[in-house]
Amino acid sequence: MKEPLFSAKNLKLLTGPLNLNNPITVQVLGICSALAVTVQLKPAIVMALSVTVVTGFSNLIISSIRNTIPPRIRIIVQLVVIASLVIIVDQLLKAYVYDVSKKLSVFVGLIITNCIVMGRLEAFAMAEKPWRSFLDGVGNGAGYGLILIAVGFFRELLGSGKLLGLQIIPHFLYEMGYKDNGLMILPPMALITIGIIIWIQRSANRELIDKS
Amino acid sequence: MKALRNFLDKIKPQFEKGGKYEKFHSTFDAFETFLFVPDKVTHTGSHIRDALDMKRTMSMVIIALIPTLLFGIWNTGYQYFLSQGMTQVGFWEIVWTGLLKVLPIVIVSYVTGLSIEFAFAQARGHEVNEGFLVSGMLIPLIMPVNIPLWMVAVATAFAVILGKEAFGGTGMNVFNPALLARAFIFFAYPGDITGDKVWVAGLTHGEAVDGFSGATPLAHAASYHTELIPPLHDLFLGFIPGSIGETSKLAILIGAALLIITGIGSWKIMVSALTGGITMSLIFNLVGANPYMQISPLTQIMMGSFLFGIVYMATDPVSAAQTEKGKYIYGFLIGLFSLMIRVFNPAYPEGTMLAILLMNTFAPLIDHYVVEANIKRRMKRSAKLTNA
Repeated sequence: MKEPLFSAKNLKLLTGPLNLNNPITVQVLGICSALAVTVQLKPAIVMALSVTVVTGFSNLIISSIRNTIPPRIRIIVQLVVIASLVIIVDQLLKAYVYDVSKKLSVFVGLIITNCIVMGRLEAFAMAEKPWRSFLDGVGNGAGYGLILIAVGFFRELLGSGKLLGLQIIPHFLYEMGYKDNGLMILPPMALITIGIIIWIQRSANRELIDKS
Repeated sequence: MKALRNFLDKIKPQFEKGGKYEKFHSTFDAFETFLFVPDKVTHTGSHIRDALDMKRTMSMVIIALIPTLLFGIWNTGYQYFLSQGMTQVGFWEIVWTGLLKVLPIVIVSYVTGLSIEFAFAQARGHEVNEGFLVSGMLIPLIMPVNIPLWMVAVATAFAVILGKEAFGGTGMNVFNPALLARAFIFFAYPGDITGDKVWVAGLTHGEAVDGFSGATPLAHAASYHTELIPPLHDLFLGFIPGSIGETSKLAILIGAALLIITGIGSWKIMVSALTGGITMSLIFNLVGANPYMQISPLTQIMMGSFLFGIVYMATDPVSAAQTEKGKYIYGFLIGLFSLMIRVFNPAYPEGTMLAILLMNTFAPLIDHYVVEANIKRRMKRSAKLTNA
C-alpha cells in the first residue's frame, strides 16, 4: 500500500523541528549565523528562506543518489551538492535582492558550513527515502528560520524601533524620553535572546529538560 | 510591635498548608521573617546554626553602604548648586535637593527588583531570598544621578531576571547583579551613562555657570588634561562629580572597615585588588608613554569607582572566588584589569565594572585550579609517606 504524501508520520517530519526538535534551541546547531544576521528582520527572513531551500533540496538530492554514493567519499559528495545549491541561492539573491545580499555578505556562502545542513544529510537523508528527506530538510530549515525571525523581530524592534525598515515605535515615545536599546544591536544580545527563547520553550515543554 | 505580631499570628493559618492563601505563603514568609526573628526549628538531627544568617549578612552590608548613600545624597545637592554658581546654600537645602534626585532611583530599583523576586519565588514555590536587598541599594549608588528612571527599571529587571533568576536565584548567580544592571545601561544606552553632563543633576537639560564642567576626574585623565584632576583631598573626601555612591573615598573606607570587622567582606580580596591596582599604575608610571600613564598610583586608586568596586562589588560572596588562595588571585587581577582597561581604552572610561564582571567569569576556574593544586600537593605528601 502506498503511503499518502502528507501522512501523519510525514507531517511530523515537517512540524517536529519547529518546536520539540528545533535545530537551534534543542539541537543547538547553526548558532553562528543566527547571531550574525539577526540585527534586522529582513536579512533574517531572507536567510531563513535560503537555508530552508538549501536543506530541503540537498536532502532531496542526496537521498535520491544515496545508494550510489561510495561511503568513503560521501562527505565530499555531500559538500559538492550543498555548495552548488548555495551558489545558486547566492546568485539569485544577488540578482533579485541585492541590498539584502550585501548585508548578509559572507553568511550566505557560509551556509555551506552550517551544521544543520550537513547534520541532516548525515543523520537523515543518507538513510531515508527522497520525499521524507525533503520534508525533513524543509522542516529543519523552517525550524531554524522560525528562531531566526523571532530573534530578528525583537532585535530590530527594540534595537532600532523598526520592523522591515518601517518605523514602528511612535515618535512621541522618543520625545517622552524613550531610547533604542543599543545592546540589542550587538551580537551578545542575539545569544541572550536565543537563551530566553530556550528558557521559555523548556518551561513550556517539560520533557525537553535534561534529567540529571 | 505586639499588635503586629498578633496580627501576623492571626492571619498566619490562612497562608499555611490548606489555608485560603496557601499559594502566597512565600510572600507571607518574607514579610514575617523580615519583621521578626524566625522561630523555625529543625525537627531531625542536630544542626549548628550560625546566628549570622543571610538576612543579617545582607543587613550588615546595607549598613556599610549607608555612609556612601548619605554622602552621595549630599554631594548630589552640592554639585547641583555648584553648577548653578550658588555657593551660599544651607546644609539642609543641599541634602533636600540631593534627596529629591537620589530617592526616586532607590525606590525604582527596589520596587522593580523586589517585585520580580517575589513573583519568581511565588511561581517556583520558594522562599523569597534577601539577596536583592543589597543589589537594590548598590544599583542606585553606581548610577549617574541624571539616569532616566525607566532605564533603571529596565536594567534592574534585566539584571534580576537574566543575571539571577535564570541561574536559579540568590546564591547561584555567576555575575554581580548590580554590576550587570550597570553594564546593561552602559552598552544599551551609552549616552546616559558616559560623558560630562550626566553626573551632575540637571546638567543634561539645563545650563551650568561659566567655568563649571561636569567632567569626572576620569574624563579629565582620559583626555590627558591631568592638570584638571582635582587635588587629592577633594578626591578623598568626594567633592567631585561621579556616580552617586562612588565619590567619597572616606565613606567607602568607613564601609570597608565595617565589612572587615564583621567578617562579611573579605579583606583578602580588598587588599589584593588594591595591590593589583597599585602594581598596574606603577608599571604605567615606568612606561610613562602618555599623561594618563604618569598619574601617581595614589591618584589612580582615588579616581572613579575603583575603591567602591573592590569594597562592595568584588567582595560579593556569591560571585567572588571561594577558596582563600583564590581570593588573592581574583582580587589582584581585578585591580590589574581595572587600571588596564581604564588607561588603554578611552571608550571605557572606568574599567572597574568590566574588570569585576570579567573576573566573576573566571572565579570558578580560579577556584578549580586552587583546589586541584591542593589535591596534588597532598597526594604527593601521602605518596612520600607511604613510600618511606
